[in-house]
Amino acid sequence: MRNVFSRLEQRSIYRRLIVDELDKLGLQSLGIVALLSLFMGAVVTLQTAANIDAGWIPRWTIGFTTRQTMILEFSSTIVCLILSGKVGSNVASEIGTMRITEQIDALDIMGVNSASYLILPKIVAAVLIFPFLVMISMTVGIAAGAVVGIANEAISISAFEYGIQYDFSSYDIVYTLIKTLFFAFIITTVSGYHGYYTDGGALEVGQSSTKAVVYSIVLIMIANYLLTQILLL
Amino acid sequence: MIEALNITKSFHGNTVLQDVSVSFEPGQVSFIIGRSGSGKSVLTKCLVGLFEVDAGQVFFNDRNFTSMDRWQRKDVRKDVGMLFQGSALFDSLTVEQNVMFPLDMFSNYSKEEKMERVNFCLKRVNLENKNKLFPSELSGGMKKRTGIARAIAMNPKYLFCDEPNSGLDPQTSIVIDNLIKDITNEFQITTVVVSHDMNSVMEIGDKIYFIHQGKKWWTGSRSEILITDNKELNDFIFPSGFMKEIRENLRRKQF
Repeated sequence: MRNVFSRLEQRSIYRRLIVDELDKLGLQSLGIVALLSLFMGAVVTLQTAANIDAGWIPRWTIGFTTRQTMILEFSSTIVCLILSGKVGSNVASEIGTMRITEQIDALDIMGVNSASYLILPKIVAAVLIFPFLVMISMTVGIAAGAVVGIANEAISISAFEYGIQYDFSSYDIVYTLIKTLFFAFIITTVSGYHGYYTDGGALEVGQSSTKAVVYSIVLIMIANYLLTQILLL
Repeated sequence: MIEALNITKSFHGNTVLQDVSVSFEPGQVSFIIGRSGSGKSVLTKCLVGLFEVDAGQVFFNDRNFTSMDRWQRKDVRKDVGMLFQGSALFDSLTVEQNVMFPLDMFSNYSKEEKMERVNFCLKRVNLENKNKLFPSELSGGMKKRTGIARAIAMNPKYLFCDEPNSGLDPQTSIVIDNLIKDITNEFQITTVVVSHDMNSVMEIGDKIYFIHQGKKWWTGSRSEILITDNKELNDFIFPSGFMKEIRENLRRKQF
């Protein structure tokens, strides 16, 4: 880890690498994040609608529940768990393959700080782009919930609008973005570590990739609990 | 000149190199040969600092590489080029970008100067007009030549080649051998080749070190190798009856 953050070679090269990683880790994940958020927002709306048959519960609760679910948990934690699978395995297998094909040795021989060169741009890019993915996930999920709720006549547009504004605290957004920053850091460092220390052949690259995803998921869940404890209570 | 004194290296209590001393001269192609698992690749990795030695010292032109910290080593490494067994080209970069990589990282050349240098190196290894190809689009020999072009991009004083002919057909092997020899002479580089390809050894080897069971077993020139009585070396070079017969014929011709 010390090597990753130690003195950099050519800063202009790092800037170029970060831009590449923003595209690879962020923009290329946009589709899957939007798709999953769309269906999750829709499902949460339908499930809530199906469970508030009792007349004393107001219909705007559907909008309120969709908002809270998307903002507090789904868009940060669940989206980052999904990204740990996509991004984590990608990072670990890419760096692991570079290790077993001696590309990392080639960097070291040239005098390049290989750990920093390979891992730091991914950490910076993930920390920068994941919050945007999470914001997009929130927006798409809530919008999908509104469309599905109205289309199924489960809720009126005004009731949904009232629900998503009811008791809104902007701190919830701050809380979820703080969580996202931690999760982005966990995914890229854990995956980078497992990829970098791959030893062997194709089988070991697969194992590194699996370990990267599993450890990232476990650490995200632990961090989620700790951050919630610290930030919300 | 590269000099290694009394190198010892162990892994998990298993001694792979024991008290090995070697030296390599500029303008010469020196070979480290030996059976698989004899320790020759470990020796090379110790020389270039990919492995830390347990005991002993490595000198690059009298500069003690072993006692240097990471940042001091970086200066030495700018003078080192290495050709890897699998070429180790960066998959995501084109031929041109691979060769330009060390220039981008460590030189202050302008873009035009870098391009000129890249084209010079590619021309030197007969890969003109292949600039935009990716490693996956190259043959084995072309990958090796790109690896050589990248290794010489920074005008190195020292060139290490790990099994440069592995996976190549005999004719392409000769092309790579001649390229290594020519570059060594042309730029007066200190070249160290790790190989068990005796064809290469006999073709371009100026000085040969035979490593056996982690020890320096034999040193000599390619003409001496044919007349040595060292049993382990003979078993390595002439493993079959057919090869032994060739050896006898060569000896008869020599004397």
